[in-house]
Amino acid sequence: MSPPDDAGQRRGRRRSRGRSAAWLIAAAIPLTFLGVFFAYPVITILGRGLWIDGGLDLAPIGEVFTDPGLRHILWFTLVQATASTALTLVVGLGGAYLFARVDFPGHRLIHAAITVPFVLPTVVVGSAFLALLGGRGPLAFAGLSGTLGAILIAHVFFNYAVVVRTVGGFWAHLDPRREEAARVLGAGRIRTFLFVTVPALRPAIAAATAIVFLFTFTSFGIILVLGGPQTQTIETEIYRQTAVLLDLRTAAALTITQLVAVVALLGLTGLAGGRRSRALDLRAAATTRTKPRSPAGRAFLVANLVVMGALLGAPLALLVQRSFATPGGASFGFYRALGDLGADSTFIVAPVEAIRYSLEFAVATTVIALVVGGLASVVIVSRERHGNRLARALDGALALPLGVSAVTVGFGFLVALDSPPLDLRTSWWIVPIAHSLIAVPFVIRTMTPVLRAIDPRLRDAAAVLGASPARAWREIDLRIGARAAGIAAGFAFAISLGEFGASAFIVRPDRPTLPVVIFRLLGRPGPTPFGAAMAASVILMVLTITAVVVIERFRVPGAGEF
Amino acid sequence: MRLRTRTIIMATVIAASVIVAACSTSSDGRTITLVTHDSFAVSRADLRSFERAHDVDVKILRAGDGGVALNQVILTKGAPIGDVMFGVDNTFLTRATEAEVFVPYESPELANVAEQYRLDPTFALTPIDTGDVCVNFDRAGLADAGVDAPSSLEDLTKPAYRAMLVVENPAASSPGLAFLLATIAEFGDDWPDYWQRLVDNDLTVTDGWEQAYFSEFSGGGTDGTRPLVVSYASSPPVAVLDVEPIPPAAPTAAVLTTCFRQIEFAGVLAGTDHPRLARDLIDWMLGQEFQEGLATEMFVYPVRTGVAIPEVFERLAPLPEDPFELSPAEIGEGRREWISEWTDIVLR
Repeated sequence: MSPPDDAGQRRGRRRSRGRSAAWLIAAAIPLTFLGVFFAYPVITILGRGLWIDGGLDLAPIGEVFTDPGLRHILWFTLVQATASTALTLVVGLGGAYLFARVDFPGHRLIHAAITVPFVLPTVVVGSAFLALLGGRGPLAFAGLSGTLGAILIAHVFFNYAVVVRTVGGFWAHLDPRREEAARVLGAGRIRTFLFVTVPALRPAIAAATAIVFLFTFTSFGIILVLGGPQTQTIETEIYRQTAVLLDLRTAAALTITQLVAVVALLGLTGLAGGRRSRALDLRAAATTRTKPRSPAGRAFLVANLVVMGALLGAPLALLVQRSFATPGGASFGFYRALGDLGADSTFIVAPVEAIRYSLEFAVATTVIALVVGGLASVVIVSRERHGNRLARALDGALALPLGVSAVTVGFGFLVALDSPPLDLRTSWWIVPIAHSLIAVPFVIRTMTPVLRAIDPRLRDAAAVLGASPARAWREIDLRIGARAAGIAAGFAFAISLGEFGASAFIVRPDRPTLPVVIFRLLGRPGPTPFGAAMAASVILMVLTITAVVVIERFRVPGAGEF
Repeated sequence: MRLRTRTIIMATVIAASVIVAACSTSSDGRTITLVTHDSFAVSRADLRSFERAHDVDVKILRAGDGGVALNQVILTKGAPIGDVMFGVDNTFLTRATEAEVFVPYESPELANVAEQYRLDPTFALTPIDTGDVCVNFDRAGLADAGVDAPSSLEDLTKPAYRAMLVVENPAASSPGLAFLLATIAEFGDDWPDYWQRLVDNDLTVTDGWEQAYFSEFSGGGTDGTRPLVVSYASSPPVAVLDVEPIPPAAPTAAVLTTCFRQIEFAGVLAGTDHPRLARDLIDWMLGQEFQEGLATEMFVYPVRTGVAIPEVFERLAPLPEDPFELSPAEIGEGRREWISEWTDIVLR
């Protein structure tokens, strides 16, 4: 082999410089997005509270820890979030295994259906749980109404899909032969699970844990509706201080406390995820699923379906039943009323309109979240392969919006984005932007475990066969990533349909989406608006299932290529 | 591979066209923005007639409940998010005027408004509608328990009404605050003692009106078990509004001796680019047509004299003759302290 000539070396250097410029641009887009639409608004609203007479006043932060009332709130927030996360993981991992490894009828439909709880407005779900657990409900005997237990169950209901989809999506692609090898070598089922499966799943479990914890840590509607007024968390207190009392000083102190807790948590789960550059043998999801053969396997399947049926199915079935329970017997009356109530008044809009507005926001959110989150995922995985610590920081930073009060972000938009070219306060775009802040971490957490697990030998093989690095990336990383992007897109779409995060606290032009219509209907007394709200919830459910099924179909062609 | 590329291209095209469609619907004519709360509603025909008469598009921005919407307006002082705000009530009047976010405007239509509603001598805020927050009762629920409807606030502490009353948290809910103010107006400095007696009589507290009315109140849905709830004087007729035919008596009714009067105001936001149109919008809200629609659109009553109220409201929701009132200044001064004292008594 002859030494490379000078020209070749120069070309190489130029190419590598070009490549690092490309990395910079790829990293700049998510960072700019986060900076402009998260950091800047949050810092501005914090400044309104803490920047007093030209100086920074940090005294209120101390008060959070010395005031017994606030200290109690802090403690309760941590306890309920930790307990909710643990419970969701236990229940969710069973479901994740089922969807990853077991072939059963209705697999795809049920997999889409479990995202429904995730998008339903908390006030609707809250009313369903109150109906089941409250005075006249079938579960009143359990005495859970208004207790921590009710909050925990509702949190599992909402976040079940997070665990199943993030962990299950990864699990489905793990090569089952590792586990089979362990079994052949004499390890029992439990031993195999703990020492072979769990270590392989660790990154996905850590990612799901982080998301569920952040969601429950900042839970708002569920706490208000099911916890009752005695129950307060940091999030509900920030809402009270900001939106009701306009005490930005206390609110800022609480937001900073929340931020510190969230950063600590993200650090912990980051460590727990381990050195994540390990490559794994990935297989096509369809090839790793088998029909349950043993009685134990079938029992496990049945047990899980029962849990899903009871926990997720019962509240949803109740909503469906109520949407048809018109005073004169079962009918479509409430669905018709949904059209009539908005016919002459600006109160609500016809369901078709609401669906259109919801879909427009959801499409925009999905595009923004996939671009921002997809670029971030690629940067994170590739930089971390080169041992760059900043990769993990980018990962954590983009997850922050999940853990920071939606009220703070919403009011931050209001005070920060007030002058051109960023006068977006009353623009249509503010809604998909707010949704994307929540969707991006989901995209990253769904895509990075898969991208990380790509065996570098695949790329080496491509290089040996003469592919350029760009071509190898395109043919390997992009193709495998595109399939993870399918799940990620489903999440982003669902997050937008469910009107997550700051969008509940921003002023918005009158384009009421389905959740907004539901919320407005529940503001009126009488059986008809209430029934119509249930009907709108059912429409939202159907829309979600359809959207998720359709989006996930995008990744079907070529699913056998792993 | 080809199939996938095509699907991706198709998806991108669909996405792009949806976004373009979503953005291109705004017209290029004049626009005036009304900031308001989530409960705002107006008939489309009435809104269109204003838009046509003034050759302008009215954009409606909703920003949470009345208090939250006002706070957002206060936070954006100097760079207002709209031209007019509707929905400041008498409990927030002083917070609004002290923040100086409204410019005074004395509408000629005020000549048609009774003196009792004109609470702002500086004309920063113009009264638009009024309504009352009262204890509501479920006729069937009380009959089952074998008791008559309570006839005063004091009655609610009696053993006959034990475990029957549902109220909303005044820190989180506007009817909740109004009811607290009613008790303060009635009992003066002794109000904490009254609330202690309510608590001892097994009171239920929820954060929001929705939970109180639909999930706890026996007359609001199928779930609740308690026959007394803090709601609006207009709730009884509204609950039967969509029932055909409208029954002669509603299943629920308000206790007219427990009511607190709310008055809602509108104002021109300081810094508006369309001061003249903003004033026109205020005049329009005091006009005959808008005032006539208030009852069926927002379940509140007109402040304009001589405006007819729909028969069903007249019959099923008579206005209380002597509701409790506190001056906006008293409320502005006491609110924070009262809420925190209430929290200590009722929630701790």
